[in-house]
Amino acid sequence: MDGMQMRRRGLFGAGGALVVGFVLGARPAAAWTDKPVALDQVDSFLAIDAAGRVTAYVGKVDLGTGVRTGFTQIVAEELDVPMASVAVVEGDTALTPDQGATYGSLSIQVGGVQLRQAAATARRALLAEAASRFGLPPEGLRCEDAAVIAPDGRRLAFATLVGGRAFSLAVDANAPIKPPEARRVVGRSAPRVDIPEKVFGRFRYVHDLKIPGMAHGRAVRPPAMGAIAEAVDEASVAGIPGLLKVVHERGFVGVVAETEWAAIRAQRALKVRWSAWAGLPEQAKLWEHVRATPVAQRQVTSETGDPAAAIRGAAKQLSASYDFAIHTHGSMGPSCAVAEFRDGKLTSWSASQATHNLRKQLAMMLAMPVEQVRCVYLEGAGCYGRNGHEDAAVDAALLAKAVGRPVRVQWMRHEEHGWDPKGPPTLIDLRAGLDAAGKVVGWESEAFIAKGAGGNVDLVAAELGGLPRESLSSPGNIVHNLAQPYGFPAVRTTCLRLESTPFRPSWIRTPGRMQNTFAGEAFLDELAAAAGADPIAYRLSVLEDPRGREMLERVAKLSGWQARPSPVRDQGGEVLRGRGVSYVKYELVRTYVAGVAEVEVNRRSGAIRVIRFFVTHDCGQIINPDAVTAQIEGNIVATVSRVLKEELTFDRSAVTSLDWASYPSITFPEVPEIVVELVDRPAERPWGAGEPTAAIVPSAVTNAIFDATGVRLRSVPFTPAKFLAALQGT
Amino acid sequence: MSQTVTMTVNGRAASVTVDDPEMPLLYALRNDLGLTGPHFGCGLGQCGACTVHLDGAATRSCQLPVGAAEGRQVTTLEGLGTPERPHPLQAAFIAEQAVQCGYCANGMIMQGAALLAATPKPSAEQVKEALVANICRCGTQPRVVRAVLRAAANA
Ligand code: FES
Ligand code: FES
Repeated sequence: MDGMQMRRRGLFGAGGALVVGFVLGARPAAAWTDKPVALDQVDSFLAIDAAGRVTAYVGKVDLGTGVRTGFTQIVAEELDVPMASVAVVEGDTALTPDQGATYGSLSIQVGGVQLRQAAATARRALLAEAASRFGLPPEGLRCEDAAVIAPDGRRLAFATLVGGRAFSLAVDANAPIKPPEARRVVGRSAPRVDIPEKVFGRFRYVHDLKIPGMAHGRAVRPPAMGAIAEAVDEASVAGIPGLLKVVHERGFVGVVAETEWAAIRAQRALKVRWSAWAGLPEQAKLWEHVRATPVAQRQVTSETGDPAAAIRGAAKQLSASYDFAIHTHGSMGPSCAVAEFRDGKLTSWSASQATHNLRKQLAMMLAMPVEQVRCVYLEGAGCYGRNGHEDAAVDAALLAKAVGRPVRVQWMRHEEHGWDPKGPPTLIDLRAGLDAAGKVVGWESEAFIAKGAGGNVDLVAAELGGLPRESLSSPGNIVHNLAQPYGFPAVRTTCLRLESTPFRPSWIRTPGRMQNTFAGEAFLDELAAAAGADPIAYRLSVLEDPRGREMLERVAKLSGWQARPSPVRDQGGEVLRGRGVSYVKYELVRTYVAGVAEVEVNRRSGAIRVIRFFVTHDCGQIINPDAVTAQIEGNIVATVSRVLKEELTFDRSAVTSLDWASYPSITFPEVPEIVVELVDRPAERPWGAGEPTAAIVPSAVTNAIFDATGVRLRSVPFTPAKFLAALQGT
Repeated sequence: MSQTVTMTVNGRAASVTVDDPEMPLLYALRNDLGLTGPHFGCGLGQCGACTVHLDGAATRSCQLPVGAAEGRQVTTLEGLGTPERPHPLQAAFIAEQAVQCGYCANGMIMQGAALLAATPKPSAEQVKEALVANICRCGTQPRVVRAVLRAAANA
């Protein structure tokens, strides 16, 4: 398409001005702005104003991972504008396209790639427009510093070409992106755009939002998770100055006050008579409970040959069961939201990772047309999946509606630990057979996992208050990586999707892939030990994928791996040292990671420390190497915390691990040294980074513990008590 | 009964009028004085997100009744340094890119700055010990340690 044709079609023409708040007649009157948000329009993703400043609109949100910087780099690269003149608007249902929830390490892989294509389309259009104004063919033109430059030196700024007007152009999947050799911004470690404000206390989190007339609310949660408030004694809080209202709707109880402290005091002081409820299983019998839960669906995720027969006929048979505790997200900052009703419309500010979905959920719960609801993302404390942000948004909305004023709600620590949705308990049984040479002849596994997939997690207050809701179970897309990356001759992997799970489930960092990789890579280590083989050599003997082999070979070199079978023999002393390897090809279709953990185990106390962790990582094209490294480090630290320390505790009525003493998090002296080697493949597409690394941590650690001690831990977390019990059993 | 508390915050006289002098200082800073550098993380003295300097000592502002700050010197992250005149540790946090979500960064920097004031050349082990009660859920700890050591080397 040449520039003239596009001009005739009105490219950059009058009309379609990107003025937020201006409503075109053709759009429903209820729309908040006239800004397009359709996924196939350039204007949905990009605007260039009269000063040449670029705004990128993305449906994916930062969540503290630095992906905003990645988006900035992508736009700066494709448009040839300085990073400093790119602003990013994230997760505003009125302004940003619905690119799906922010999870699964898909922000760059999906969100960034869509944005890049929009920018590439825009760039080509800018070149074509300049070509027609110069009267030159577009081929000889180039972009530089937010302008198109002709071979004769003439220059047309983007601001002149499009400034303040719409592109009115469909995103073209074939618009050429910059070839690797032409890139100057992407692929480099640009400093993160948000860090300076964060270290000077100037960054505005959702927690810091203050709007005129805003009051403060707190929910009063039942002491038993399914209890109903039978009576609320308003007199119990009457003496608190600034109290505005006590709200009571079935199991949903809340207070609103002029000040935050008054709301907290009222939350603490309010006397409520709650009904009894004790619907949780006994924690000590959690795994029996999981095994006894009816299976809603059997899903075979991979099948080759007849593994059952192969195992029956094998020279050696092995079987094991692995379990993985219930975890809480435990965000550093409890969930927070502000809600405001005005002219019959609701605006909700929160750190939701899925504002477009939250919007539908809020509309359903409040019986409002979805067009009347706007959800705006503001950054919160890092969240590692669907935590309590959406639930705080609901508390704020219900309380704001009740008092007719904007209301801010921030959960207290006990609410975050007690009520954020949980990573469901997961149990995996495995069986394998080896031939006389130690080769795998058959592999079978069954994972007991919560049913459901990646839909919307139900909203706490909607559930407690008996309000309309979807009633889904959404533990995240957790079937991946039960199927194996290795070339076994006979395999069957099966997910047993359970009818129910004790706590409202949601995805937490690497849902399913972490548990499945834990079981698979640890069990493979058991097979290698049974075969008397070196764990890396054993993996390489059944792994064909060259990119995967390269990761394992590199991590062996990086960690100074000595080839030998596990466990290590003849260690004296109280503290034993070992190393363990693990490997994943994420979901069997993307990012490759191999890792080696080095641990120390005190055989008297059972104390386990991860001393060092080596990672080799191939996520295809890298947008920002330092940001990828930071994500890898963060995933290792957080997952070491999960596998050594974290476990939800509960009685028959509610969660009992309600603070950082009862649900401890890793401390500085416990953090391992981390060594990362990135493999960049600039000519490939970018895949996700972050979650894939977390997948390998539990198995690498347990494999290292086995290497050090000969004790195989198959239950996360790997606590001293479990180690000592297993040691006794050996 | 409302009561007025007067203190010095980031070098300037500040006063807040409160209904309840037992209200933690954190809420006075964030909601009355607009200083949102310190964060609410736990309200239990367990995480460090709310750390400020009280007469120079790193203090959990979620645990200190505002009444107890009467007449004292409070420094928050905003008062530690500015983009124009950063504290060496703020500069080091940028240089090391030692932030993910940054919700913990206030506590890391305020605690780390207090360490550097008392122990200008700490070892890595001393840094880790000084920060043992500061939680980060995003996993920035390796970079935070590097940042404190860098600030010490540059001071
Ligand atoms: S908020 Fe004060 S220590 Fe956690
Ligand atoms: S950077 Fe998110 S909690 Fe530390």
